[in-house]
Amino acid sequence: MDKIDKTLLEQVTGVEGEFEGAYNIRKNGKGIERKITPNINIVTKEDVSGIDVYVKENTKLEFVHIPVIITESGLTDVVYNDFYIGKNANVIIIAGCGIHNDHCDDSRHDGIHRFFLEEGAKVKYYEKHYGEGEGTGKRILNPITEVTLKEGSSLEMDSVQIKGVDSTIRTTKGNLIGDNTNFVITEKIMTHGEQMAKTIFEVNLNGQNASTHVTSRSVATGNSKQIFDSKVYGNSACFGHVECDAIIKDHATVTSTPEITANHVDANLIHEAAIGKIAGDQLIKLMTLGLTEEQAEQEIIKGFLK
Amino acid sequence: MVHGKSTLAKIIMGIEQPDKGAIFLDGQDITHKKIEERANLGIGFAFQQPVKFKGITVYDLLKLSAQKEITRKEACDILSKVGLCAKEYVDREVNGSLSGGELKRIEIATVAVRNSKLTIFDEPEAGIDLWSFQNLIAIFEEIRKMVKGTTLIITHQERILNIADKIVLMSNGKIKKIGEKEELLGEVLQKADCCKLAHKKCKK
Repeated sequence: MDKIDKTLLEQVTGVEGEFEGAYNIRKNGKGIERKITPNINIVTKEDVSGIDVYVKENTKLEFVHIPVIITESGLTDVVYNDFYIGKNANVIIIAGCGIHNDHCDDSRHDGIHRFFLEEGAKVKYYEKHYGEGEGTGKRILNPITEVTLKEGSSLEMDSVQIKGVDSTIRTTKGNLIGDNTNFVITEKIMTHGEQMAKTIFEVNLNGQNASTHVTSRSVATGNSKQIFDSKVYGNSACFGHVECDAIIKDHATVTSTPEITANHVDANLIHEAAIGKIAGDQLIKLMTLGLTEEQAEQEIIKGFLK
Repeated sequence: MVHGKSTLAKIIMGIEQPDKGAIFLDGQDITHKKIEERANLGIGFAFQQPVKFKGITVYDLLKLSAQKEITRKEACDILSKVGLCAKEYVDREVNGSLSGGELKRIEIATVAVRNSKLTIFDEPEAGIDLWSFQNLIAIFEEIRKMVKGTTLIITHQERILNIADKIVLMSNGKIKKIGEKEELLGEVLQKADCCKLAHKKCKK
């Protein structure tokens, strides 16, 4: 791995040096490094490009890193990764993709991740997308995440895209089939220039006492465009909460389309959405502490996306 | 009662601009200085309605206020001085989950930590519950020990006026009198009583 590879990996995973636990590193469409552990097995798919990750039941607090890096301009990489999480296992999965594009052709990664959680399993899933490079070729990322939760299982997904991605369509689907399941999604996006980001959430709350919390915080600057499209279906005695906050600057546009559907009398669904520029009183408060207007704005955005 | 107290305070901080006249700090004309320049020259300002932020914690705000790296222990010490159980608050976001009294104390802490030459509190008693108000006096006594410069408090409250060294009496946008507390407090309270009486008569 060269310096660019290492930078991309650090940006995506937040890890310098060796990964802890099991891992699979994919570069320019091919797996380049892999490690498995007694509790976590990673197997290459035979029908399509991608891997199957098997976590044994009762595995406690182990890590799985599956970063993807792309440094080849003009490449379209599509990968299918499936995660099978055994009963009562508790794991932390860190995924994401970093693209470095110094040329004029577009580089694109479509990562399709499916999670199947058995009874009582718990997963914390971190996904970060990052782009860099001086080329005019676009850096495109279209992640799809599908989650199926059986009784008593839960998945917390933390998704971040702050820098360098020109175009993204992010689709996340949750199918909470078991009782007492919980799906938490936290998304942070910042777009600049002519970038476009579309987020689609669709959660089906089927099990009794199933719940979901979706929080999206985004900042749109320049001429960028963001679309937030969320759908939550309450098909049982369940709870769903969707919160979309966006800060808008310059000539950017943000569209938030909430849709909550209660198909059961005991479904309790809430959607909150707020889009606006940075409040003047927030800027003034920080300026009274000695910050310039520009510094105040940066601090407000940093806090908002923290 | 609109007499221009908050407007004057905001003009001193640079949040509002005067139609005429000039603002001097230590003999320096700061009339055309920006808010942040005045802050860096040594003016601190506690808002009547504390500002809320999404994602910015109490610790973040105290660090920004101090304009230097402060330890968590130092942040906790400051919060304790404004009557907050520090460990419970230092990592909380400065948002709507905090009560009016809690936000007010955090606002006071962010100003006190700056140790400015001139610290302005715009009606600190506004929007807080009785319990918080009763503690406010103790907080100001503590701030008097912490802050070396001048503290200017805009207030209607007799108990806050009682801790003043000097009182500035404003009416209809003009400063009517400046004097020692002992000299002016009686007059201020008498006027306040007259106003209350007039207000009652008007209501009738």
